[in-house]
Amino acid sequence: MCWAYERDMMTLNTGAKNTPHIIVSDLTMAYGDFVIQRNLNFTVNHNDIFIIMGGSGCGKSTLLRHMIGLQSPAKGQIYYGDINFWHADPAERSRLMQKCGILYQKGALWSSMTLAENVALPLEEYTDLPARDINEIVALKLALVGLAGYEEFYPSEISGGMQKRAGLARAMALDPDILFFDEPSAGLDPVSAKRLDDLILELRDSLGTTVVVVTHELASIFAIGNNSVFLDGETHTMIAQGDPHMLLAETDDPKVKEFLTRGGAVSAGAGAG
Amino acid sequence: MQAQSTIDFSQPAPNILHAAITGAWQIGSKLLSPATVLSRLEADSRITQLIIDTNELAAWDTTFLTFIRTITKECQNRDIGLEVQGLPEGVERLLHLASVVPEQKGVSPKKKHQPFIYVVGESAVLFVTSSLQMLSFIGEATLSFLNFLRGKARFRRIDLLLFIEECGADSLPIVTLISVLVGLILAFVGAVQLKLFGAQIYVANLVAIAMVREMGALMTGIIMAGRIGAAYAAQLGTMQVNEEIDALSTMGISPMEFLVLPRLFAMVLMMPLLTLYSDLLGMMGGAIVGVGMMDITLVQYITQTQATLDLTNISLGIAKSGIYAIIIALSGCMRGMQSGRSAAAVGEATTSAVVTAIVGIIVTDGIFAVLCDVLGI
Repeated sequence: MCWAYERDMMTLNTGAKNTPHIIVSDLTMAYGDFVIQRNLNFTVNHNDIFIIMGGSGCGKSTLLRHMIGLQSPAKGQIYYGDINFWHADPAERSRLMQKCGILYQKGALWSSMTLAENVALPLEEYTDLPARDINEIVALKLALVGLAGYEEFYPSEISGGMQKRAGLARAMALDPDILFFDEPSAGLDPVSAKRLDDLILELRDSLGTTVVVVTHELASIFAIGNNSVFLDGETHTMIAQGDPHMLLAETDDPKVKEFLTRGGAVSAGAGAG
Repeated sequence: MQAQSTIDFSQPAPNILHAAITGAWQIGSKLLSPATVLSRLEADSRITQLIIDTNELAAWDTTFLTFIRTITKECQNRDIGLEVQGLPEGVERLLHLASVVPEQKGVSPKKKHQPFIYVVGESAVLFVTSSLQMLSFIGEATLSFLNFLRGKARFRRIDLLLFIEECGADSLPIVTLISVLVGLILAFVGAVQLKLFGAQIYVANLVAIAMVREMGALMTGIIMAGRIGAAYAAQLGTMQVNEEIDALSTMGISPMEFLVLPRLFAMVLMMPLLTLYSDLLGMMGGAIVGVGMMDITLVQYITQTQATLDLTNISLGIAKSGIYAIIIALSGCMRGMQSGRSAAAVGEATTSAVVTAIVGIIVTDGIFAVLCDVLGI
C-alpha cells in the first residue's frame, strides 16, 4: 500500500512515479435526481499534475468536492491507493484527508486568526511538535509562498492574491502527499498566476507531491498539466482524458478542440507548455 | 516503529566540526534539535567551519528544512563557515524557493504598547465617532422615510411582505411561550404577597397592569431584539461581505431605502400587534394561576381585569412598543451596514446589534417611567 502512513519521502520522490495514486471508478454525481456527471473513470498517478477541466458549470468543483470528502457520490467509487474512500469509516477518511492539502477558490483562510495561526493550526492538531518547531515550519511555509514577514497579518489585511498564497501555505503545512487546487488562478493577475503555476511545478518536483487542479485557464493547463480529464456539461460525462498537449494535437472531438483552442482561435497558451 | 535520526560528530581538524546526519528526519520521528549542533560550536571556540554531511539521510520532510535553515542562520550570526554535503535535491530547491522573496521586515501590524492616557483618549475618540455614526445613520433613515412619504423611496413590496411575515407570524410561537410564562410568574409573585392580606383577587389587577404597561412591550422587545435585530445585522453584514451593498449603491439605488426601510416598516407594523397579543397571553397566564390555584372563578378574574384596564395603560404599552421597534430595526440595520468584510466582523455586528437594541430598550423604558411619573399618567 503506497498510500500508507509510513511516510517515506525518498520513495515518493523517486520510486512511486507513474503508479496509480487516486482512481475514480464509474463515479456518478447528482443533486437529488439531477445528475451532474455520470460514468467518470480516470486515474491520477503519483507525481502527476492532473487537470480537471471543462466549461463553467460542468461539475468540475463538484468532482473535487467528491474527491476531498465533502460530498458523497450517487454511485461509483474513489480509491486512494487501495482504500475505497467512501466505504472507509469516517475516522479513516479523516486520516486520509490529513495527507491531502486543499487550496480553496478564495483561500478560505480563517478570518479570526493571523496567517501564522492559520498555518500552525493543522500542525498543532496533528503533530506533537513543540511550539518553537511549529513556528519555524510556519515561517518556512510562508517563505515558500513568498509571504515571509507577514506572519502577524490577518487575512482581511492582505490582498486576494496573498490570501490565496497563504491558503497554499496552510494546505502545505503537513507536507501532504496530494495537493488539490480549486481554480488556483481565478482572480489573479497573469504574473501572479504564472508564479503560482511555477510554485505548483516546483512543489511537485521537489516534494514529489501529486497535484490535482480544477481549472479552465488554458495557460495554466498547458503550463503545468501532464494529465487531464475533460468534463462536458451537455452530455454530463467525461469526453476526453490524457495529456492536454496530446489532446490538443490529437483530439477529434469538436468540443474539446474548441475548448483547448479558445473557440477555434489558436491559443496563445497552447505553446506555453 | 518510530524512525530516528542521529548526528555523528567528528573533528578532522581543530577548527572543523563534521556532523554526519543519518536516519529519517520527519514529523513523527524522534527529531534532534539544532541546539545539538549549536552547543558543540559554543563549546569549542576554535571551530570556524561546520560541515554537515547528509549523504546518509534516509528520508526528510519540512522539519529537516527548518533544521537546516536554523543552522544556516546561526552560522551566519556566529561567522562560522557552513558547508552542507549531499543535500537532497528537493531540499536544496525548496530552500532556494524560500529565500527567493526576501522577508518583509517591519510590515508587521503588531501594535506597540501604548501609554494609558493614549488608550483612554483613543477610546474617547472612538466613542464620539461611533455616536456621530449613529446620529448620521438615524438622520439618513429619517431622510429615506421622508423620501418614502413623498412617494420617491424605492424598495420591493415583496421584500416588505416577507419581512412582515418574518417579524409577525413567524414570531408568534416564541412570543406566546414567553408571554404566558411571564404572566404566570407575575401572578405567582403577586399571589404570595396579596394572600397575606386576603386580597388574592387583585392578582388580576397586578397581572393586567404589569403586562399592558410594561412587560408585554418589554418582553416582546427583548425577544425581537434577539430574533429580528440579530437577523437584520447578520443579513446586512453578509451582504456587505459579498459586496451586495456596494452593487446597490453603484447602481444608484439607496441601500437605506432598499434594505433598511422595508425592515423598519415591518418591525414598526408588527411590534404593536405582537405586544397586544403578548398582553392578552400574559393575562391568560395570570388567569391560569388565579383560577387554578386561588379560588377565583374565571368570570371574577375577567371582570376584575376589565375593571382595571383602561385605554391609557394599553396605549402607553403600544406606544412604547412602536419606539422599541424603531430601536431594534435601526440598531440591527446600522450594525449590519457598518459591519467589516469578514466572517468575524459579521459575528461582532450581530452581537453588537442585540446589545445596542436591548440597552436602547431598557434606557427608553426608564425614560418612559420617569416621564409617566412626572406627567401623572
